[in-house]
Amino acid sequence: MSILINKNTRVICQGFTGSQGTFHSEQAIEYGTKMVGGVTPGKGGQVHLGLPVFNTVKEAYKETNADASVIYVPAPFCKESILEAADSGVKLIVCITEGIPTLDMLLAKERCDQLGVRLIGPNCPGVITPGECKIGIMPGHIHLPGKVGIISRSGTLTYEAVKQTTDHGFGQSSCVGIGGDPIPGSNFIDILELYESDSQTEAIVMIGEIGGTAEEEAAAFIKEHVSKPVLAYIAGVTAPPGKRMGHAGAIISGGKGTADEKFAALNDAGVKTVRSLADIGEGLREITGW
Amino acid sequence: MSKGIAADTGEEAAEATTKIGGSKWVVKAQVHAGGRGKAGGVALVESAEKAQEFANKWLGQNLVTYQTDSNGQPVSKILIEPCIDIAQELYLGAVIDRSSRRVVFMASVEGGVEIEKVATETPEKILKATIDPMIGASAYQGRDLGFRLGLSGSLIKQFTDLFLGLSKLFIELDLSLLEINPLVVTAGGDIHCLDGKINVDGNALYRQPKLRKMHDPSQDDEREAKAAEWDLNYVALDGNIGCMVNGAGLAMGTMDIVQLYGGSPANFLDVGGGATKERVTEAFKLILSDKNVSAVLVNIFGGIVRCDLIAEGVVGAIEDVGVEVPVVVRLEGNNADLGKNVLEKSGLNIIAANSLADAAEKAVSAAGGIK
Repeated sequence: MSILINKNTRVICQGFTGSQGTFHSEQAIEYGTKMVGGVTPGKGGQVHLGLPVFNTVKEAYKETNADASVIYVPAPFCKESILEAADSGVKLIVCITEGIPTLDMLLAKERCDQLGVRLIGPNCPGVITPGECKIGIMPGHIHLPGKVGIISRSGTLTYEAVKQTTDHGFGQSSCVGIGGDPIPGSNFIDILELYESDSQTEAIVMIGEIGGTAEEEAAAFIKEHVSKPVLAYIAGVTAPPGKRMGHAGAIISGGKGTADEKFAALNDAGVKTVRSLADIGEGLREITGW
Repeated sequence: MSKGIAADTGEEAAEATTKIGGSKWVVKAQVHAGGRGKAGGVALVESAEKAQEFANKWLGQNLVTYQTDSNGQPVSKILIEPCIDIAQELYLGAVIDRSSRRVVFMASVEGGVEIEKVATETPEKILKATIDPMIGASAYQGRDLGFRLGLSGSLIKQFTDLFLGLSKLFIELDLSLLEINPLVVTAGGDIHCLDGKINVDGNALYRQPKLRKMHDPSQDDEREAKAAEWDLNYVALDGNIGCMVNGAGLAMGTMDIVQLYGGSPANFLDVGGGATKERVTEAFKLILSDKNVSAVLVNIFGGIVRCDLIAEGVVGAIEDVGVEVPVVVRLEGNNADLGKNVLEKSGLNIIAANSLADAAEKAVSAAGGIK
């Protein structure tokens, strides 16, 4: 097993015929993802990358029976795209786009919750189940099917963790980028819960960063509900307060959201933490005995 | 609200007191940061001469508060306002609460400048109203806050109107923070917003033309503004190892590992996914405009982009810019070995690193060792 997606997951793409949508859909198809179509309003009826293009997500869902939709639409239109996908019947939405206004996400997230639709992202690399299905912009070739579940707020930090778990031969069950925005569709706890009940996942790597309290909340959840070994890394020990570090959500404000607080909360919860990004693989070996 | 006048010079500040009338005025140094009062950037003056004196003292200077960095923010305008007779000081603010994913209003009778202290020491004294994104703010929430603040009579209506107005403002202007501090009850029995601050969601500026026009570049860090022109994310720090990284998370991780190996990062810089020669060139220029930099660490995880192309970009940029400090490069991912070959063949002062830890260690030693 894996979480969220597998070899049978049928995927459509919103923003399919745009440059990002085209490039990453090609990569996904090459990886073996079951892409079944795409949506670009006004281009319905066309064929793109050998797949049907639809005018609306509802139509695409009806015709392809898609399980998931991936969004590569520019930020100003993403709220609409998420709402449309949520309303179509698709049960999983992965939004890659960076730069969506926070108030748009408040509404989009609320609507997804009401409709029972899972949203991953935005501002994230996406989700991958190695060897089976890739939804997003991550490089497929660094992954290895295996037993570590990875969750991260940052794209390139996920790749570091993936590479180390691949180099050590552990491999990954699934990898989920929850994104660097202040209002993510899914948070650490949502994904930790899935890994805890996934039989393929034997250990979990959680990568956080400064800003907000999602890591502290995850630490409390792990203490109560996660039996599998968890290794955590937090980026931004050297980040100055009050400065946004690239990601919209990565900011220490009013003295809150520091890396040290997060490390402390995780350690208190019995989570193994590493201070060096280079120690993720070795740290996992230590806590699992692999 | 007070009818204030913004002055660019000491003379204008003195004239403003006459225009406003009365015998007492509040003068405020206008910067993009809170904590001004404590830092001496706000004063009560009782003559035009004193207003002028205050303006001359601050204009052209930098105001350092606990919310700014150690350089502070430049003062280019002074706001002169009539003095209000205060019966009571309150606090009213709103933020986007990340945990509950709601806009949350906060109010307190412990207003004035000490609100941060109240929030940490006695959080129960902060009253809250949570706004449902689907419904918006309701009058009953305003009344509830008002009564809990101990207001009564016509003040409840005034407060509720203000609450509804501010929640509309928050949504319409895409704010991420709004503060009226202090919100005062005047001796005459009216609600009055004495000072305020807003933060705007940068991601939403594209649809806020009015706010965009109000942008004051003098309040921006020069290098950060330059970086933004090239779509680079740059934050200056006070170390000596320049960092160029793709991805915001990895950029932070790189700074942290530099420190872990005894060095001190000079900056945060995310060159983004593209990492083309042009962007790398601009990134080098930015990093080297900081004279403290004595080595540069380039850390690129080539996901979908090929490392050999990135290596060519790095080599080209180093040649173009004329980089004189040692450059440590760690390339990982797609075609990483080809990339290393490109670096080695260049004949430039480039130190290739084999891993992240190796890169940090080499950068620290190239910058003159552990500080």
